[in-house]
Amino acid sequence: MTIAELMRQPSAWLAVGAGEGPVVSSRIRLARNVKDAAFPGWAGAEECERLWNRIEPAVRRVASLQPAESLAMGALDELERQILFERHLISREQAEKTKGSGLILRRDESLSAMVNEEDHLRLQGMRPGLSLRAIWEEVDRLDTEIEQRIEYAFSPKLGYLTACPTNVGTGMRASVMLHLPGLVLMNEINPVIKGMGKIGLAVRGLWGEGTEATGNMFQISNQMTLGDTEEQIVAVIEQIVQEIVEHERNARERLLERRETVVRDHVGRAYGILSHAHILTSKEALDLLSGLRLGIDLGILSTVSRRVVDELMLLTQPGHLQKLESKALKPKERDRYRARLVRERLTGSDRRRGEQIKE
Amino acid sequence: MLCESCKENEATVHLTQVIDGAIKKLHLCEACAAKSGIDIQGPLSITDILLGMGIQKPADLPDAERTCPRCHMRRTDFKKTGRFGCAACYEAFAEELPPLLKAMHRSDHHTGKVPSRESLRVRASAELESLQQKMDKAIAAENFEEAARLRDAIVACRRRMNEPEARATP
Ligand SMILES: [Zn+2]
Ligand SMILES: [Zn+2]
Repeated sequence: MTIAELMRQPSAWLAVGAGEGPVVSSRIRLARNVKDAAFPGWAGAEECERLWNRIEPAVRRVASLQPAESLAMGALDELERQILFERHLISREQAEKTKGSGLILRRDESLSAMVNEEDHLRLQGMRPGLSLRAIWEEVDRLDTEIEQRIEYAFSPKLGYLTACPTNVGTGMRASVMLHLPGLVLMNEINPVIKGMGKIGLAVRGLWGEGTEATGNMFQISNQMTLGDTEEQIVAVIEQIVQEIVEHERNARERLLERRETVVRDHVGRAYGILSHAHILTSKEALDLLSGLRLGIDLGILSTVSRRVVDELMLLTQPGHLQKLESKALKPKERDRYRARLVRERLTGSDRRRGEQIKE
Repeated sequence: MLCESCKENEATVHLTQVIDGAIKKLHLCEACAAKSGIDIQGPLSITDILLGMGIQKPADLPDAERTCPRCHMRRTDFKKTGRFGCAACYEAFAEELPPLLKAMHRSDHHTGKVPSRESLRVRASAELESLQQKMDKAIAAENFEEAARLRDAIVACRRRMNEPEARATP
């Protein structure tokens, strides 16, 4: 499978048109290491390549990953690695690696294994909506299949041993992506974020470019990996997310009740700018697309489908945009191509009739 | 807004981190964010913060150059990166761990999943211990028939303990 083929399918973390409401997707990542081998960051390039040659054939063949694809980072160019990063299949750290590092994924992207990132293995499951329990079952099964072939570094007292002691124990990071424009617009997001911290959960904005929560997208995840069971970690996050979703729904209801014109104006302006702008930064695009998503959820915007909005959230990212245009673009150029792409997708206009972007 | 680190470039990476219930904001340019290893989509690394704050170093002198016998990582290497070199580092730098684990985690004891070969091993070693005790008792009571039966059971148990490992070696 090539990266171009990958781009023709919806990303597992931003599944196109998945249900309505604030929950975008869920993800679980397990850190695992091979017994008696130095961790990738300390092992050196040669050793990492040896490890990749040993781990790759074993992991590629496990039942859970079928039909499996294997992508060696060294065989991909920078843009292709950026695209994998934007699809949440590899980390930024791994996107900078080349030889001795790679990704093995099931074709639908919902189950994958990063090899030689910070740890020898980072197993990952992703699904739309709030589905941590189902993901845990699947990732657990994948992990059990792999441990039949590879012996892990494990200590009865400390659990799975990881390069960074923040991950030791279960090695598990469970996270849920939430779209919370209601709480942001009602100025009620800060107490929610504070509350999360008190119970040991981390909240962060999703995208790096722009303000702390571009597009009103937040990611909630556990910080602690040692002491609780995997089931306990999953249960706490699922419960808290349900509470946040409740808050968000309330905030949206009150918004509509008390400030209906303001909300309609917010959504309408977002649509107006997106369908007419000729220069769009990544941050501006995501913030305005968030407005459209809210409008669709609230039933006050019917001319755009949720599918188109979700697709644009991914395609306006720098890597996807450049691959789509089949050329490298400088940031300023990207802003113009991005605006054209958004106009085309929102208004259904044809590129051949659309204006050419002057180089 | 200027980057808090280099104070030159425009800050485009804005991170909100929650540490012990307090919201901490960090404004960096992309270059500095990348340099400090901030993975924008990854989990927060509180090691970096903790190590940066210099969690009490147990008397810096004698073990300043403590080294992992397996991977030769030195204590100073670990302090620099916050990452261990290999699984044996957890033993080699065991003294560093309690304050770190305490600050990072719920407890210092794993209660989650155990690899199946590991749980086999744990179960087998408990069984082995109990068989051994029974055999000692049988010998002391000069019940040699029983002792011989127990010895066979111990041999079988030992074999089972080694099997999964032998099979797994690639
Ligand atoms: Zn800077
Ligand atoms: Zn070591």
